[in-house]
Amino acid sequence: MKFGILVNEGLYQHQASDTAYQFAKAAIEKGHEVPRVFFYHDGVYNSSRLTEPPQDDRHIVNRWQKLAKEHNIDLVVCVAAALRRGIKDENLAEGFRISGLGQLVEVGIQADRLVVFGD
Amino acid sequence: MTEATGGIDFEDEGSGIVKKFMFVNRKAPYGTIYALEGLEVVLISAAFDQDVSLVFLDDGVYQIVKGQHTKAIDVKNFSPTYRALEGYDIEKLYVLKESLEERGLTVDDLLVDVQVLDAAGMAKLMAEQDVVLSF
Repeated sequence: MKFGILVNEGLYQHQASDTAYQFAKAAIEKGHEVPRVFFYHDGVYNSSRLTEPPQDDRHIVNRWQKLAKEHNIDLVVCVAAALRRGIKDENLAEGFRISGLGQLVEVGIQADRLVVFGD
Repeated sequence: MTEATGGIDFEDEGSGIVKKFMFVNRKAPYGTIYALEGLEVVLISAAFDQDVSLVFLDDGVYQIVKGQHTKAIDVKNFSPTYRALEGYDIEKLYVLKESLEERGLTVDDLLVDVQVLDAAGMAKLMAEQDVVLSF
């Protein structure tokens, strides 16, 4: 099955991003595909390359990058939500790309399920 | 299928796939950005010729209450946009009866035409959807 994933919350403040990551990882391990993760609302902060958590904590940004690289996942950040929050190409982590909300609607059409993480 | 798009062919707007998209609005219009950014997704979805419905429940019903004034909190009043949805061929708007009643509201307090459904009717409608996005 193809799962699209929507992450609507920032990293560290809210568990949504962690849960989305665990879900994506588990789905892939079960043999499903995750072609795209879309980041919206405060979820766009998941793509900041300036993120530096304490060393004994999980690194959410790096974790997304690694998963995406290993499994060819398209990590898309909404441009309007990103610019509103100061995320732009100059501080965008490698492996993410900034694009429009159409990418979210598209994955909703293409995937078998679109799963939303956030309040 | 390409590396950059994670194995989905995204150049197929002409593929003719039409899915039932439901946008569930659950939060008050101001206080958080969910309602405003949710509405932006709704407007984009109109460009993809999908079967779109909007649901307003919980405090989400306040999003479509008439007579909103936001000057005192210095936030843009985006409620007129809901009236423009018809122009985008988005005409399926539903409100949860219980949410209206709990807040002492009736359809006369709303700025757009809606269908009022009870919880059982709403559950049935939700079960028929392909994609449910909740904001």
